[in-house]
Amino acid sequence: MLTGAYALLFYVATLVLVGGIGRKVVQYARTPAPLKIPTTPAPVTRGGVVMRYVREVVLFESLFKANKWIWLFGWIFHAALLLVLIRHLRYFTEPVWAIVALMQPLGIYAGFAMVAGLLCLWARRFLVPRVRYISAPSDHLMLVLLIAIGVSGLLMKYIFRTDLVALKAFFLGLMRFDIQPLPADPVLLIHLFLVAVLMIIFPFSKLLHAPGVFFSPGRNQVDNPREQRHLAGWTAKLGAGQ
Amino acid sequence: MSEAATVEQPLSVEDFYDATVLPDPCEIPVIEPGAMADSKPYEAAPEFQKALGFPGELVDDWHEKAIAKLGELVEGSRALRVYLDTCVKCGACTDKCHYFLGTGDPNNMPVARQDLLRQVYRKHFTVAGKYFPWLVGARDLDEEVLDQWYSYFHQCSQCRRCSVYCPYGIDTAEVSMAAREIMATVGKGQKYCNEIIGKVETIGNNLGLQKKALVATLEDLEEDIEDETGVAVKIPVDKKGADILLVTPSADFFAEPHIDGLIGYAKVFHQTGASWTISSYASEAANFGLFIGSNENMREVALRIRTAAQDLGVKRIIFGECGHAWRVAYSFLNTLAGPFDFLDQNYPVPQHICEYTYDQIEAGKIKFDKSANDHIRLTFHDSCNVARGSRMGDTPGGQFEIPRTIIRASCNHFFDMAPDTIKESTFCCGGGGGLLTDDLIELRKKGAQPRMRALQQVAQDHGVTHMAAICAICKTQFAKVMPDYGFDMDAILSVHQLVSNAIILDDAKTDQPEAGDGDNAQPAAAQ
Ligand code: SF4
Ligand code: SF4
Ligand code: SF4
Repeated sequence: MLTGAYALLFYVATLVLVGGIGRKVVQYARTPAPLKIPTTPAPVTRGGVVMRYVREVVLFESLFKANKWIWLFGWIFHAALLLVLIRHLRYFTEPVWAIVALMQPLGIYAGFAMVAGLLCLWARRFLVPRVRYISAPSDHLMLVLLIAIGVSGLLMKYIFRTDLVALKAFFLGLMRFDIQPLPADPVLLIHLFLVAVLMIIFPFSKLLHAPGVFFSPGRNQVDNPREQRHLAGWTAKLGAGQ
Repeated sequence: MSEAATVEQPLSVEDFYDATVLPDPCEIPVIEPGAMADSKPYEAAPEFQKALGFPGELVDDWHEKAIAKLGELVEGSRALRVYLDTCVKCGACTDKCHYFLGTGDPNNMPVARQDLLRQVYRKHFTVAGKYFPWLVGARDLDEEVLDQWYSYFHQCSQCRRCSVYCPYGIDTAEVSMAAREIMATVGKGQKYCNEIIGKVETIGNNLGLQKKALVATLEDLEEDIEDETGVAVKIPVDKKGADILLVTPSADFFAEPHIDGLIGYAKVFHQTGASWTISSYASEAANFGLFIGSNENMREVALRIRTAAQDLGVKRIIFGECGHAWRVAYSFLNTLAGPFDFLDQNYPVPQHICEYTYDQIEAGKIKFDKSANDHIRLTFHDSCNVARGSRMGDTPGGQFEIPRTIIRASCNHFFDMAPDTIKESTFCCGGGGGLLTDDLIELRKKGAQPRMRALQQVAQDHGVTHMAAICAICKTQFAKVMPDYGFDMDAILSVHQLVSNAIILDDAKTDQPEAGDGDNAQPAAAQ
């Protein structure tokens, strides 16, 4: 019963996540960018744009320029999240990839770093009047959700241990459409439920910044309007200056 | 004409602030909700609305029309769609807008400004906003919201400073343009911009200056130059078969200090033997279609330049000193009015006058007597539309280096302002984006504060007396607001004014300043 419900939940969550993001990505890709509007100075080649993105996505370059605190907390959170996600791959791969196995110890610290980063980001929403002013309930709840996921995960690691072998069998089974029993530990169930919620709201929320950043014309356009006539959307219909 | 040569600059920053520690240009104010809620420009009169193809006054079904227009804009602009979706409310942009820094009104924080539109977008175009409006701060467009739009989307100079710092490059200028276009479409247009666009489309320039008056003005100017230098520097109008069409903001024809910049361009063209002309049909570089987000009007104005270039049979197009005009020219002209395959492909189309002058300096075709600017201790205001919306030269950042190279070549005393207030981080003058109107004077003065503080700093540290700019709007705005910050109104200069002061003209009168090395005789090189 419980196993069945969770299996269904994760199938639905995965569908919504993949389908929802896919739909958005297609929508972004199809919406034209009729004019050249990169924020300059901008790269003058495609390769330059790729490098701009590497700096932006790996180092959060613009955020670093803007505000060192947000940068620090935000970067710690995202880097830690990445490590934690990589660490979780061990529940979905058999045999576990060498790189994932290697990251295990790091993943633990990352769990704490992630929660710490999130708490600091949340504190800003209360303590900095400017940020408080722009925060909607959903902005608080998103942080609460992520913190709850992190904390329940850490609780399982250190206090309420769960049957990891059975858990892994459950997920490997899900991937083969062969449902295996899920351990009925409350903390695990909470953790998994919250993750599924996160997956479901992803495509309907500001988490769209993850795919969205790659479609930002201010960042992804090559600065070459004089060399190449840019035509898209309504400007594609323009003739030769008629 | 060259005022700067005679100006004794009374530096009165110290009179204003006896403190040795001047306020930081980037100092973050305490937030004061509603502080600028009453700041609104005059609405456009029905005749001017209609002339641009908009309804004369607020239509009855404005709500439906506005939502439909928003949907249409989101469909047609990836920028708008992605920007409305991806903001995570991180707050990185909250202290980046000069209008927020100058007024403390939280709706002038870029993200809050976007939210005024985003709340409506969410309400009508997102699942979360439709079903859980309270959760995500969605709200329908009612009269109160429309009123806020009119107020706060006219407190954005579309300077793009916020977009530099946003981790997703969210550009509030795009959002402001969209909001203004929606408002114009339902009959709530802005007087200043729409009247000006009307003048360009009927007469050819922002000032409504007719050809006869233009020619007379420029003839007077030629006489003045000749009286002063002894050299017959010409400013041709509608000269068919000229090589270069100069398109410059009409303020250059008679406003101060703009006109001294125009004299500078003319002297550079003269000294390099260029064959050039101004067009009376396209006697305006400015394109206010950008400010109101109207693609149709922006294109209409841009096409005049193509037509003028074809009619006059020129080979190159060069733009004079104007910030947003250069953005439209550099970034959009090829798209809107191209292709320019009928022009000389050895040069980029279009070019900036600074690129031309720079190339001539590099080629050794013009020489300066820098001592002619020795009474000036200068700093440079990077006009934001040039800094963040365009480029000069071949490499990113040329828009910063090329004007500075020209300045250094013509002026001995140059000092940059604080690094977080120049180049890509430059602060707007406070009057850009279609806000250069007297009905917004309070906003303009407050919005100038960060730039003015940076200027005060460099005046205190290095005895800077003047600031140069390459934007007609910046120049007018600074001339107006500088006195409030302890500077004379003529402390603002055109970059080509420095060029004009210092350039060595062949056959100049003997009282024309001599070059330091005495070797100033350069044959007028043919282009
Ligand atoms: S910096 Fe960008 S993402 Fe952050 S609050 Fe401002 S607009 Fe939103
Ligand atoms: S574009 Fe400039 S004026 Fe507009 S919100 Fe951004 S920083 Fe402010
Ligand atoms: S007027 Fe000048 S400083 Fe102000 S927005 Fe335009 S280019 Fe920028």
